[in-house]
Formats: sequence, structure tokens, C-alpha cells
Amino acid sequence: MTSKRPKSKEAHKIKGKDKKKENNFPTADEGASEPDHPDYIFPLVLTSATQELFGCRADEDLTGENPYKLLKKEDIVQDMKTRASVSDFSPIKQLVLDYPEEELLLVFDRDFTYGQSFYLVLTVEAKENILKPSVQGDDEEQINHEEEDEEMIIPKTPESRPWMSLGSEQEIEEESVTESRPRLRYKISPLLRRCGAPVCFSDRSALDGKEGFVECPSYQDKSFSIREMERHTAIQASSDTKHSSTQTLWKYPRNMWTQYESREFSPEEKEHHLQSENLKNFITSVLTRFEISLQQNHITDVFCDDWTALCEDDGALTGKTETQLKEYQSFMDLHFSKEKTISHIHWHPTISGVIAVAMTERLSLEERIDNSTKLLLNPSYILFWNFTDPINPQLQLECPDDVLCFQFCPSDPNIIAGGCMNGQVVLWDISAHVEKLQDTRSGGKNISNKLDKNNVTPVVRYCAVSGIENGHKAPITDIQWLPETFELSKLGIPVENPSRISVQLGTCAPDCCVLFWDLRPPRVVSQSLTDVKQKSEEKPLENPHGVPNTFKHLNLTWKPFIRVSLPKIGSSGEYSPLKFSLRDNTVDCPTGDKPPQNTDREEGCGFAQLRVPSAKQQKPLENISTKLYVGTEDGELVYTDWKIEKDNDSGRLLSSKPIHRLLVHDTLVNTVSRSPFFRDIILTVSSFSFAIWKEGVTSGPILRSACSKMLRTVGHWSLSRPAVFFIGKEDGSIEVWDLLQNSHEPSQSQNISSAAVTCISTSSISSKQHLLAVSDRLGTLHILQIPWTLRRSSNSERQIVKKYFEKEEERLEYFEKRQIQHEKEKKEMEAEQQRKKTEPVMPLKQEEELEAEALKEYEQFLALEKVILKNMGLLTETEDRSDL
Amino acid sequence: MTAEVEETIKRIQSQKGVQGIIIVNAEGIPIKSTLDNSSTVQYAGNVHQLLMKARGMVRDIDPQNDLTFLRVRSKKNEIMIAPGKEMYAFLFRIQKPKQM
Repeated sequence: MTSKRPKSKEAHKIKGKDKKKENNFPTADEGASEPDHPDYIFPLVLTSATQELFGCRADEDLTGENPYKLLKKEDIVQDMKTRASVSDFSPIKQLVLDYPEEELLLVFDRDFTYGQSFYLVLTVEAKENILKPSVQGDDEEQINHEEEDEEMIIPKTPESRPWMSLGSEQEIEEESVTESRPRLRYKISPLLRRCGAPVCFSDRSALDGKEGFVECPSYQDKSFSIREMERHTAIQASSDTKHSSTQTLWKYPRNMWTQYESREFSPEEKEHHLQSENLKNFITSVLTRFEISLQQNHITDVFCDDWTALCEDDGALTGKTETQLKEYQSFMDLHFSKEKTISHIHWHPTISGVIAVAMTERLSLEERIDNSTKLLLNPSYILFWNFTDPINPQLQLECPDDVLCFQFCPSDPNIIAGGCMNGQVVLWDISAHVEKLQDTRSGGKNISNKLDKNNVTPVVRYCAVSGIENGHKAPITDIQWLPETFELSKLGIPVENPSRISVQLGTCAPDCCVLFWDLRPPRVVSQSLTDVKQKSEEKPLENPHGVPNTFKHLNLTWKPFIRVSLPKIGSSGEYSPLKFSLRDNTVDCPTGDKPPQNTDREEGCGFAQLRVPSAKQQKPLENISTKLYVGTEDGELVYTDWKIEKDNDSGRLLSSKPIHRLLVHDTLVNTVSRSPFFRDIILTVSSFSFAIWKEGVTSGPILRSACSKMLRTVGHWSLSRPAVFFIGKEDGSIEVWDLLQNSHEPSQSQNISSAAVTCISTSSISSKQHLLAVSDRLGTLHILQIPWTLRRSSNSERQIVKKYFEKEEERLEYFEKRQIQHEKEKKEMEAEQQRKKTEPVMPLKQEEELEAEALKEYEQFLALEKVILKNMGLLTETEDRSDL
Repeated sequence: MTAEVEETIKRIQSQKGVQGIIIVNAEGIPIKSTLDNSSTVQYAGNVHQLLMKARGMVRDIDPQNDLTFLRVRSKKNEIMIAPGKEMYAFLFRIQKPKQM
């Protein structure tokens, strides 16, 4: 825009000069007004004559709205020629002549912007500029507009041109600070003689004297109040913050359910279908197919797996060749086993590899009496052996007297009950030493260390004994815990045991009674206040050192709560039991019939806290049999009930009479043991023979062995095979009886030691290892491994054995029947004989009658003969006639 | 229900080991059954699907072919299924164990 201006200005200036030349009269005035208008504009006064000539009369041809008129150059030149100096155009004559185009623009200047009423545009560009937008007003504005329009119409990138000074660098130069003169430098230094001299400084406050400081306070100088005309501020535009929110529909999961029913036909529809012909045809067609398949199934058993059934029986016979009991370990204690014998063995129920034996003196009765004083000094012990340590026993339990039998409590293996020779029942609690037993089991390597530390085996004293007056009067020969499933009430009725702990045990002794004991403190029926006070005031007696207080309440005051006496059937007197066996006992079937260990059962619940529940609360159990078998000193097996009945006459509680008794053995019964597989099969062993009985069969034993030369001392069922049991003998050998192989002789016999076997017990450490513990009279405990043949039972063995027993039972029944029948026959025969003897003699028939009868018979006979011969074709007709 | 059909069903039912017979229409809704209702419904539903699948398979392999009989043997028992045109019958049989 700026660039264009100068050109147009120059052009206008030229045009202005032309105008001047044309117009002589006003040119003098024009000359002064020349600077008022741009160069390309030439203000012009046109006379009315000229106006009429050119058709540009003011306000007529050319109005404010239409001020432009194009004049032909030739016309102007003509006019100039005709009117020479009079022509209005004369001042611009030269300009017009120089004008390149044919037409010039004359503009009616109504507003007299350039001084005159008309002006002539002298350049072509200006003419075009003015004409094209055709806008009235300032030229500059017009030019601006034109230029703007031009720019808008044709936007193009501006070309770079060399910088042209427009005066802005002057301003900068004025603003910048430059050195107008060289800088003056002054150097001030003190007098030389003062340098280096000692100087003494002193303090002087600035406030001393007026010359201390020079103050330049600030004051308001009016001449320097500057009004800020310009201020630099920064502005930033920011958008309005807006808060907005939206919410979706919250679809939360909801439980929905739907219920459906299977489609069914209504009865009418069913009827309709059933009646249809379709059904009949279909059924008949389908029937054959079904029948074929059913037949096929009948022919062969499709579900039988031949492969598995094949190998079953062979495994037992072939396979491992070893059949002998192998010696695994033997325990003999040098300190305590001298002159002693082992009376009873019991495996620890939970800790594997630990076995307890009871040591008793190897003396007969007279010797005992003779040496009674010496015996008092040597206490007897129960020793605990561990497989890892064959020399030293792990634990010793001190007994008040020789213990003939003992048993671990089935629910709490830390409690041991034993029966002594003096008739007392003893209780031990070894919970303090259990860790030791378990430790040595697991850490075999530490044995040597332990030996160094303590060679002494810990001795555990018994924590409770029964009162002597109330217990047995004879040595206790058998003791058994009642299982934890039930307990006995006062009358001997088995009731439910809520605490699931074995709390009762039974003992028997040759003093003709079986006693039942309860471990809990007895129920006190009535308590007076004084009693209560006294009890609370008394200081509880402390047990001697080291003895746990588990059975404090029982010590020395313990008495049985049921006493079962065994009066003889049919005669006076009583049976003297040596061993007894309950149906649901814990000795013979340690693994079976135990309720699963309850997790909510309190561990180590003290027996003192348990109380005998009242009779009303207890719930009697129906399926517990209250009958027990007792083996007596005389070799009888007595079957009795332990329930106490009330005798109506005297009001006393009496035990009922035994149901029956069987005399089989000749000498005392030393074992009554139930089979772990069959609850009603009992083995009794006496010195010369043994017998197997079935509960309920009262006629006799199912199986009875022959009398053996060697005394049999003990018997024990095998835990894994239902048909096997072990018999120990006096010469120290073990007989293995296998009912599947032979029932008249043992399948195996093996000598274990030189002294008589006193006790046998089995335990299964693992499925691969079953151990047989055998103790002998010399006090040695032998542990034997049961070979594979004797411990692995085939699947059907149980069934086979069961069948065998049933067969034997049938045999017995048959035998009985036959006996009865024999008797009947015998009676009949006797009756017959009797009858014959006492029969009256028949009267003689008369002779004639006899003869007549005989003749008749003879004739009948002849006739018969003839007929037969005729039929046979041997008789000819002639013979026939001749006979007649 | 005609006597013959009744008699036929009885005859099959009395065979050794047969536990029940169910007759079902083409949609799987039981028509007649010798078992209790809940078992019947359960069996009918399950067997129907199996039968559809088996039949479809047979015909897929050979369109001229058709399923005549289907036997499902399991550890404890056996189910026999015979399809017809409009209905199916199946028989539920328990295998008696031969060993004791």
C-alpha cells in the first residue's frame, strides 16, 4: 500500500500540473493551492460554457453520487486549440497531451476537497483506482480501500525487500545508551608513609557528631511525579471452569431365580397315548430287541473283570517264600530282668515302636511267702522299651506290687491302668514323659549323647491306687478298659458316653467277682454345709514329688461301682474268673469300632473335672451287649450278664446268674480272646487244648483242638488275617494255626526261646511290617516280624472263614439234631421192645381154617404161575389143559 | 392301555435285574413308567438328549442308516434304549453283582 502511494502521488502531481496549465485564470490561485492536493489530482474550475461543452454541468450531469466523467483527450485538445488560453484546460495542456490514454477522468468535487469544484485525474492508475470502487470521499481512503480490496482479492506472500528506513531507527538510537565521552578513571591511595604503620583502631559510634553519617532521607519530589502512561501487563485468557456431572444407571447385580418344572402329561393325555395303536405296534417291535439284549446279559456277566479276579488266590500261596517268623529284635534288661519274668505285654497305641512289659517275680507262692520281706524292698516295674534303644528301657513305672496285667487307656495313651498281685488297681500318668518317648523314636542319632547325659531311666510313680478293702481279694488277672463309646451306669446299663473318653475299666480276679471301676470322682448325693466348709478348709494333699495330680481324687479311696459276682449255675459256690472278654472291648479290636477322633474333644481333659452324670441324663444305648464271657480257673467258659438286678425280696442289688456255662477245658483257662474280625468268635486257650466258640451257640465249641503234649500257655488272634492265630507253648515255641489250611494241626511251629512263652501281642507298625511281640519266662522280650504270608489276607479270606465257622456251626446243629434224633429213635426202639414184651398172645386159629386158607393160597399161586408162563410164551396149550 | 402291552411290559419288568421301564414320547415326556416320578423325569430328560445325539451321529455317517438300539453300560448298571418312530422306550437295569 505504501509502495503504491508514492507512484500515484507522483502521477497525481503530474496531473495536477496539467490542470494548472489549462486553466489560466485561476492558475495563479492554483499555484498556491497546489500543495494541498496530491500530484495526480488537478483541481480545476470549469466555466459553465466548458461544462456545457463537455456535458459535465455541475449538479446536472455530474452529481454528488455520480461525479465521474470520462473526457476524451481529443476533445480536450480540440477545446484547447479552439479556445486557446480561454480554455479551462489550458494550464494542464502539457499533462493532457502527455496522457497516454484516450480518456481522462474528470471528477466533480462537490465538497471542494481540493479547492475547486472539479478535478482532473492525471494518471491512468489513479483513474482506474477511482473508477473501480466508485466510492466518494478522501482519496486516501479510497486508495486504502482500493488497496485493501486489492489485497483481499489477491493475497500473495510478500516478497522480501531490503529494509527501508522509516525513521524507527532514530528512536532506537535515542533510547540506547552510548558512551558520549571516555570514562574517567581516578585512583585514590593513601600516603605511602602511612602504609605499614601500626594502626590503632577504636570504636566510634555512628551517632557521634553530625559528621558521623550522611543521611539521605527520601522525600517526595514533586518534579518527579511521573504519571504512568504505559504499563506492561500480561493478560492470559482462561476458560471458565465448569463443573459438570453425569450419572449412569447403576445396574447392580441382583439375585434372581427362576423355577421350572419338567413337562409332563396330564393323566388324560397319558391315557390317550397309551390307548393309541402306535404304542402297541411300537412296543411289539421293540420287545424283541430288548429280549435279545437281556438274554445276552444273562449269558455272560458283563461286569466281571476277569483280570482282577484272576490273580486273587494265587498271591497267597506263591510269591514270597519266607513263611517263618523272623526275629527282629529282642529286649532284655540286665538291671531289672534278673530273676524276673514278663507277665504282660502291651504295645503303645499311638507311638510306634514303643512297647511296655510288666516284670514280675519268678517265684511260686511258697517262695513268695518265704521271701516276702525281700520282695518288699525290690519294687516291681513296668518297663517301656523303644526299638531304637535295645539296652536301656525308656521309662519305668513303679508299681506297688507285681503287676499281672495292664492296659493303656484307649482314648488317652498317657494313662495306664494295671492290676496288681495284691488286688489293687493302679493308675499311672506318663504325660510328662511322652515327649521323651517320642523323641527317642524319631532321633535315633542322638542316642549316644543322651546316654552320656543321663544313664538313669526316669521312674514314674503311680498316681493312684485303689483302696485295698474295696478291691479284689486275689491277684487281678485281667484288666480291660471299656471303650469310649459307652459307659455303664450304676446298674450296669450301658449308656451313652458324652465325653468320648474311656473312663471305666473292668477287672477280674479269682476271688469270684468281676469289678467295674470308674475313674471319675463319685457323685456326692447330699452335702451338708459343714462338709463343704471342711473340704474347702482342708489343704489339698500334695502328691509326692514328680507325680501328676490326675487321679488325686481316687488315690486310696477308689472303689468299684459295680460288682458282678458269678454264682454257679445249679450248685452253690462261685466261679473264679481268670480272664474275661466283653463284646465291645478294646483289647482285641483296637482299630475297629472306635468313633472317629473328634476334633472338639478337649485334649487332656482332667479326669477330676469329669463327673458321673446323673442317671436321668444318661441315654441308654441299645446295641451294646452286656454279656461277657469269663474263663475260669476250672476250665469253664461262663457266659454271664453284668447287669445288676434288684432282688425283690431283699431289696439288694444282685448280679444275675450266669446264662450258661460250658466245660471244655481241663485246666485253667489262660486266654479268652475275641477275634478282631468277627465279634462273636472267641478263642479260649487252656493248658492242653484250645477251643473256638461262637457267641450264641451253646452246644459246644465250633472247633476244638486235640490235646497237645506240650502245654499251651497263651493264645492270640492275628490282626490282619481272620483265619490265623498264634499259640504259645511251654517249650518256648510259637504255633501258627491257619484255619484255611489245617484245622487239626498248626500250619507252622517255630521255636523262639528256651523258656515258656508268657504273653503274645501283635502290632502293625506299617502295612509292610507287622510285628509279633513274644515274652518268655526268663524276662526276655522278643520282637518277631510276621512274614508276608501271615499278614496278607486275601480278599475273600474273611468270607471263607466266615463260611467255615458257619459250616462248623451247622455241623454242631446237625450233631445236636442227630443226637436228639438218636435219642428219639432209641426211645422208640425201647418203646417198641416194651410193646413187644407186653403184647397179648393171639388165639390159635383152628386147623381146618388154616388148611382151607393154605389151599386157597396154593390155588391162587398156581393160577398166577400159569398166567405168567402164558405171558412169557413158555407154556403150550396142551400143558395148560393137562394141568387142568 | 391294552392288555397285551401291559402284559409285555410286565414280562420285561419281571426279568432278572430289570429295575424299571420308561416309555417316552418323541419330545421326551414320559408316558408310562414303572419307576417313581422324580426318577422318571430325570431319566427321560437325560436319555432324550443322548438319544438325539446318537441318532444324529448314525444318520450323519450314513443317511440311509438309522439307530435301532442303544446300550449304555456303567459300573453299576446298564440302560437300554430302543427308539421308535414317535416314541422311545428305555429300560433301566441293575447288574446284580456276581461276587459276594
